[in-house]
Amino acid sequence: MNYAQAACQALAEAMRADPRVVVLGEDVGRGGIFGQYRGLQQEFGAARVIDTPISEATIVGAAVGMALTGLRPVVEMRVVDFALCAIDEIVNQAAKNRYMFGGQGRVPLVARLPIGIWSASAAQHSQSLEAWFAHIPGLVVVAPSTPADNYALLAAAIACGDPVIYMEHKELWAFEGEVPPLHTVVLGKAHVVRPGTGLTLVTWSKLVHAALAAAEQASKHDVSVEVIDLRSIWPWDRDLVLASVARTGRLLVAHEAVQAAGFGAEVAATVAEELGVPVRRVGAPRIPVGYSRTLEDMARVSADRLLQALLQFAKSGAHRRSMA
Amino acid sequence: MPASHSAANASDAEHLLTLYRTMARIRAFENAAEETSRGGVAVFGATTDKTALVRGPLHLSTGQEAVAAGVCANLVRSDYLTSTHRGHGHTLAKGADTTAMMCELFGRASGTNKGKGGSMHIADFAVGMLGANGVVAAGIPIAAGAAHSAKIRGSSAIVACFFGDGAINRGPFLEGLNWAKIFELPLLFVCEDNRYSATTSTDAMTAGEGAAARARGIGIPAETVDGNDVFAVDAAACELVARIRSGGGPQFLHALTYRVKGHVSVDAAAYRDQDEVETALESDPLKFASRRLAALGVTATSIAEIDAAARSEIEVALAAARAAPWPEADCAYTDIQETGAGQWH
Repeated sequence: MNYAQAACQALAEAMRADPRVVVLGEDVGRGGIFGQYRGLQQEFGAARVIDTPISEATIVGAAVGMALTGLRPVVEMRVVDFALCAIDEIVNQAAKNRYMFGGQGRVPLVARLPIGIWSASAAQHSQSLEAWFAHIPGLVVVAPSTPADNYALLAAAIACGDPVIYMEHKELWAFEGEVPPLHTVVLGKAHVVRPGTGLTLVTWSKLVHAALAAAEQASKHDVSVEVIDLRSIWPWDRDLVLASVARTGRLLVAHEAVQAAGFGAEVAATVAEELGVPVRRVGAPRIPVGYSRTLEDMARVSADRLLQALLQFAKSGAHRRSMA
Repeated sequence: MPASHSAANASDAEHLLTLYRTMARIRAFENAAEETSRGGVAVFGATTDKTALVRGPLHLSTGQEAVAAGVCANLVRSDYLTSTHRGHGHTLAKGADTTAMMCELFGRASGTNKGKGGSMHIADFAVGMLGANGVVAAGIPIAAGAAHSAKIRGSSAIVACFFGDGAINRGPFLEGLNWAKIFELPLLFVCEDNRYSATTSTDAMTAGEGAAARARGIGIPAETVDGNDVFAVDAAACELVARIRSGGGPQFLHALTYRVKGHVSVDAAAYRDQDEVETALESDPLKFASRRLAALGVTATSIAEIDAAARSEIEVALAAARAAPWPEADCAYTDIQETGAGQWH
């Protein structure tokens, strides 16, 4: 099963189990442009799988109104870049309503805001803006890396009573993987995808796969890397990350988003504050994603770049503190 | 037919008295809020006074009471309402308790929002009031969603969506009206046109024929009324609400009123022509309704009694708010999110 199909299955199961779950967004009736809604309108009808105008503010704003009055909407934004047309509805309305109304209303909505560089799509269709949303109290931010996690995390996001910014990666839609029966993941829990002893590499979304490749290569240079897939950006699994780095003594955090003020800075700062160990970051330079292949590649974080960062870090003379 | 004429007068008078009572309560609330907000915010040249009981921007609906009273008289408790930053009147008219509202303005734990929202975010979900909003036009998509939800759930509830004349120049106005029409939602749009977008005349900032024409351009039937004539507002709202309840889809009410006060309570609004203000005060909705009531045979004493009762109610609210407890510090960490609660850094 691929990543898109896994999400579709999770959504279909949630809609079968709970009549309050509805879907709204552009082109969802025809299955969505990535096929992540395929077959849903046929099964659940146009009243629950709602094709909407190109009105991002009202897609999210209406979902807030639906959520406040007893539905559990799943919102399609196509790409995170378009969700910027609904930033008031996400940041000032969905995230704030529960608090500013003193707990009278809850906003159990899932907004799907796919991230990532994708198919020569240039500056307005390629951003990874998870840090923006992690910054906002009231929001949960999720970034699945595999079909299994996309299935389990989407199910968890729909079941959760909070507004969830659900960030799939556009280059993972066709990614194939096993989805174990009854697979569940708890929001806010990371997991170790490759154990190691010499260095902890924290990442998420599509970069998990590059991280695994880089860790495999690093092992040939006698560098043992523990790779953690954060899965949830907020809340993020501090305990798991801190426990890992306490064993390995070093943290490298990597993401496809621009490195400056990226969420990696938060992870690195927390680890440095708590453990006093060396930390490093890898992210995109602070440049827009260019159209041309050569320009686009400049904004990508490749497995090779991760490997170089791992090897340099492992061999650096930075003080290493044993936490044993 | 003097007998039936008299009976009609009595019935009209009774109905108008109900509307008048709502307006008088809103006026008393706004006057008290204004009084207690002096020194509450440093803006428009005002300085802050730490003893101010109502702090921050306070947007008064003084002079606009007929719109809230006339529209909400046609709603039932289970109907929904979304409001603007100038939302006290709508909230009160929808049935919220004035003591809980005043406690909210005072930032107390017993406020409608536990002191977390204040004037600008006042809400009372128990009476279907889904919140005032600090962002112009932001209530429109939310109202569309609430109406869409009612339709999906098979509920008989309708939604009244209040917004100002400034809101018609924001994108969510176009998006929300289009959305309501294509899905034929049970939604009453109410443009409460007080002629000012903060400190700027809306006319100067608005092309074309204005709010009602824009609604008609989207295929939504629109009525324009004198928003200071509570009878006219009530009659128009009654007709539009009846159409909505009978499945007629979204309707639009453009109510022409006037913002008697400044943008916020400490704004003297000196940028307005004094003649304009004096003319507007002549058509004050309470004065207007009083004259109508007198013509229907209601005595000045009866009207004065309603005014006095409204002031007494608000005195009670003020006393309760002064004595009410502040939110505990722990409350800063509640009502945010379930997932990750406890992880604040």
